Amino acid sequence: MSDSLDQLFVHLKHWLVDLTPEPWQPWLSILLSIAAIIGVFAGLFAIVTVLERKGLGRIQNRPGPNRVGPAGFLQFAADGIKALTKEDIVPAAADKFVHFLAPFVLVVPVFLAYSVLPVGRNMVAIDLDAGVLFFFAVGAATELSPFLAGWSSRNKYSLLGAMRAIAQMISYELPLVLAAIPVIMLAGSLSLVAIVDHQGGFWWWNATAPDGAAPWYWLPKWNLLKPWGLAGFILFLIAATAESNRSPFDLPEGESEIIAGYFVEYSGFKFALFFLGEYLGMFAISGLAITLFLGGYHAPFAFLTWVPSWCWFFAKLLGLVALFIWVRGTLPRLRMDQLMNFAWKFLLPLTLINIVVAGLWKYLPRATVWQIGLRWLACAALLFGAYWLLGRTMTRRRNWAKRTYQMAS
Amino acid sequence: MLGAGILKGMAVTAKNFFGSYTDPSRLITIEYPEERQPLSENARSFPFLVYDGDDATKAIRCVACQICEKECPPKCIYIVKDTVKKPDLTGKMQTQPKIFDIDISVCMSCQICAEVCPFDAIKMDVAFELSTGDRFGKLLLHKQDLAKSNTYYNQIHPTEARAVDARLAMERAKAEAKVRETAAKLAQAAAARIEPPKPA
Repeated sequence: MSDSLDQLFVHLKHWLVDLTPEPWQPWLSILLSIAAIIGVFAGLFAIVTVLERKGLGRIQNRPGPNRVGPAGFLQFAADGIKALTKEDIVPAAADKFVHFLAPFVLVVPVFLAYSVLPVGRNMVAIDLDAGVLFFFAVGAATELSPFLAGWSSRNKYSLLGAMRAIAQMISYELPLVLAAIPVIMLAGSLSLVAIVDHQGGFWWWNATAPDGAAPWYWLPKWNLLKPWGLAGFILFLIAATAESNRSPFDLPEGESEIIAGYFVEYSGFKFALFFLGEYLGMFAISGLAITLFLGGYHAPFAFLTWVPSWCWFFAKLLGLVALFIWVRGTLPRLRMDQLMNFAWKFLLPLTLINIVVAGLWKYLPRATVWQIGLRWLACAALLFGAYWLLGRTMTRRRNWAKRTYQMAS
Repeated sequence: MLGAGILKGMAVTAKNFFGSYTDPSRLITIEYPEERQPLSENARSFPFLVYDGDDATKAIRCVACQICEKECPPKCIYIVKDTVKKPDLTGKMQTQPKIFDIDISVCMSCQICAEVCPFDAIKMDVAFELSTGDRFGKLLLHKQDLAKSNTYYNQIHPTEARAVDARLAMERAKAEAKVRETAAKLAQAAAARIEPPKPA
């Protein structure tokens, strides 16, 4: 029963495909996968926009949107209709073709990224051998979009926003990829499905129990529960926040100083597409974080394995989205120099050290309980020490020299 | 240590988030069309004309002296005197306005008209839901739109209205006393005329 529920959508797709004549089948299979990805994640986008506004409202002790539909949950429909019926304004001086192209250059690669994400057992559009590589490649392609948008708008704020976006995204691409490397090292594969399979199952406490004693299942084999995995997850999440241009890394938008950055000259449906692209990017990168560190579609406890795998994936996804919203409601925006220092002086060294720690974890002996404990302690201490030292230099107050105005006196 | 402040901030926002569900006193939003806050006694929007009693057409306090019209800084009041006079509360015959218009699209709610009125006839209203689709017709208020009872005035500005009522009552009493006094004097004089002092 639980197995059939788990494979419900897989069976449904096979059944539908089998109904059609032979030559159409591969095409229908592809089409169904695409339709499912677009439908599910666009629907998730719609709900999350409302949830985010409600969550932010509650953080600020406001009720949030509560007018359209039950408890305000149809707000996205009203917003969508508004965006669709709004006049599409293109500045006279804009590069019309590039201006038109920019939103699509954002949305299309983001949808492509979902093709390698396993959202459930046997639920992945393409199981690429180099899935992680593919994901980062199409993820990097989205960085073209802000620049196209900023450049083609012929607006100084757009261009400033685009320059900020490019500087930020390229700087944070590095820690993002490097934070993922330990996972690839220890799973020994670039395939996202293989990485998820690697995290399946549970560690059991009394593995050496005498025969007859039931093995006492305990922690899941997620990468998160290893020192390099925990550090990697946090580093990955920080870099992912910056990659998806979300607060506190929303400098490219910077509504207080550059209005909305590269969005300034976009209205109506094109703006909605940008909005969609940003959210879908956030979901995609959260999905990758889940796949790499949170055990993908695996259940956290042995007694919960009866819940369908896709439920776990989306539960974890919503959890991460909630975390993103929480962070957005808490942290103020960084300054440009803080942003760059944080990427190059803090995240980058930590991710490099994390790779070394992952190597240590692989090769340190783990025959006895003591050795396992020692391995844990050594790796955690190394990471924490690095974090503490780097953090000290980050938070140290500089002694600025007194400013002298040579021309003024 | 780096990050301690972030965790502290996250704790604060989490407390706000969950607190807003458990503690209703945190959610201070008043959802306006359904809920509304009682208006402050000092609230004021646009002027209205006070009348005594129940009949707006009879006992309007305004005597069309046109002081407010002259004092109004943006000149939003327009008054035409009526040729027919009407008795005021003390029974004295007074002029009355035939037309009294206030263009509230021009009015700046300065309250000068209310301050200069010697008859306490024009006061500030608190009604603020005056939006309309007809910006020329509906924003020009006529005498019948402006006339509101003294009871209403007592409701919206109780302290001020009580003081005004007390003052008016005192003036009325004084006027009545004066009438009685003059009547008495006149009676005395008449009596004196009727009975001339006898020659000594």
